[in-house]
Amino acid sequence: MVLGRIPGSQDVRVSCTVNGERRVAEGVVPSESLLHLLREHLGLMGTKNACEQGECGSCSVYLDGVLVCSCLVLAGQAEGRAVTTVEGLAEGDELVRVQQAFIDAGAVQCGFCTPGLIMASHDLLRRIADPDDDEIREALAGNLCRCTGYQKIIDAVHLAARP
Amino acid sequence: MTFIQPTSWPEALEARAAHPEAVPVAGGTDVLVELNFGRLHPSALMDLSRIAELRVWGRESGQVRVGSGVTYSEIIAHLVDDLPGLALAARAVGSPPIRNRGTIGGNLGSASPAGDCHPPLMAARAEVEVASLHRRRTIPISEFFVGPKRSVLGRDELIAAVWVPVATGPQVFTKVGTRNAMVIAVCSFALALHPPERRVGTGLGSAGPVPLPAHAAEQFLEGHLAETGAWESRAPLADSVLARFGQLVAEAARPIDDVRASAAYRRRALEVLGRRALSWCWDEYRGAKT
Ligand SMILES: Cc1cc2nc3c(=O)[nH]c(=O)nc-3n(C[C@H](O)[C@H](O)[C@H](O)COP(=O)(O)OP(=O)(O)OC[C@H]3O[C@@H](n4cnc5c(N)ncnc54)[C@H](O)[C@@H]3O)c2cc1C
Ligand code: FES
Ligand code: FES
Repeated sequence: MVLGRIPGSQDVRVSCTVNGERRVAEGVVPSESLLHLLREHLGLMGTKNACEQGECGSCSVYLDGVLVCSCLVLAGQAEGRAVTTVEGLAEGDELVRVQQAFIDAGAVQCGFCTPGLIMASHDLLRRIADPDDDEIREALAGNLCRCTGYQKIIDAVHLAARP
Repeated sequence: MTFIQPTSWPEALEARAAHPEAVPVAGGTDVLVELNFGRLHPSALMDLSRIAELRVWGRESGQVRVGSGVTYSEIIAHLVDDLPGLALAARAVGSPPIRNRGTIGGNLGSASPAGDCHPPLMAARAEVEVASLHRRRTIPISEFFVGPKRSVLGRDELIAAVWVPVATGPQVFTKVGTRNAMVIAVCSFALALHPPERRVGTGLGSAGPVPLPAHAAEQFLEGHLAETGAWESRAPLADSVLARFGQLVAEAARPIDDVRASAAYRRRALEVLGRRALSWCWDEYRGAKT
């Protein structure tokens, strides 16, 4: 059991693997979210903060390979676990197929929702190789976009499935 | 603020006894919203996500013991055959990331009248297993909730698991909301037929301060099915029977006017949900071979 892991302090140290690299953050307040850990302690700005209540999906990441809203995970819950953010999907400069499809289908306008939608679409395509419209809508139901009207996002997922 | 991170169930119970002020966090989908918005300022948080004992489910003598840390996604993937009502409710929760993270124990812990697990657990007559360092007890789901966001869980107790009888007949869950995903129920209704016992189970959500059963509707239908021999004949149910059942479901509600709907709307919607749920369940029962 771990009780305030820095001696003499109530703040905790969180060490986890982020996009394949070992990262350590000191002085994390126990009530801070994984989203805060990524953005404020580790400087990874790809994961977006919009609602902090699980409604918009812009903070979506993989935690041990499971799609989660990072705003609803305690930073300390990520201790020892593996986190993949949108920055960690591409291999070097080579975008993964769903990222390229978002560009090619014109599914990006202001781009704020895009990292979360890329993560949710990536997760869907791992589970269902060639999803139909209903499956796409259900999988992306937790991601809000204020610009595109969603149709081009759905097109992008189809394009990624059947390039 | 202290962070407590037990890695086993005995350790968690010890920590609960030593730090009753610590707020447990399972999936965090309710607690983190409160923390992020500054509505909750606990002096300690206790992470339950590392306790392997809470993450498992299994069949034991006609029941499924579902660990409190089992997520909606796991219920959908693994328990749809044994617990179809609960699995349907799990499918109606939030979005994929919420279902990946949110747990059945967290739903009970929050004790919201709108919690989607509660109606199917009422209809199935489930029991909640809770424990403290010195005592383990099971509480019928109908006695677990005492008011909005309040349950009988003691300050030294944690929810260990939920015991749900394996389905022996059709079960449905229906929910009214403004869209098909990401909604807190305006109202919801669960129905379970238990043919071997000739019993009917119901549960209403967002229809009162706590999840409610519709006892009069259950008794009416049990009486009708017994008198007419319909359990055996599987004869179609008259429209008047469906309508009466719906009325009795609506009469069991004690709804309020709030931002999501008026009490009158909720009553009317529950009447329709009750009638539909019965027609779906009965059609399924009539189509079943055994
Ligand atoms: C965007 C969004 C959509 C949602 N949609 C729905 C929905 O459609 N239907 C629905 O019912 N809910 C919904 N919820 C609410 C929430 O996801 C559920 O209530 C979920 O089941 C909570 O589980 P959790 O593990 O995340 O709980 P947590 O947030 O970890 O905990 C919730 C409460 O239970 C207590 N607790 C947790 N585990 C235990 C335990 N083992 N012993 C004792 N106490 C415990 C905690 O202290 C806390 O008070 C939604 C939430 C969000 C953010
Ligand atoms: S910021 Fe996490 S869901 Fe909106
Ligand atoms: S592209 Fe602007 S919010 Fe989606």
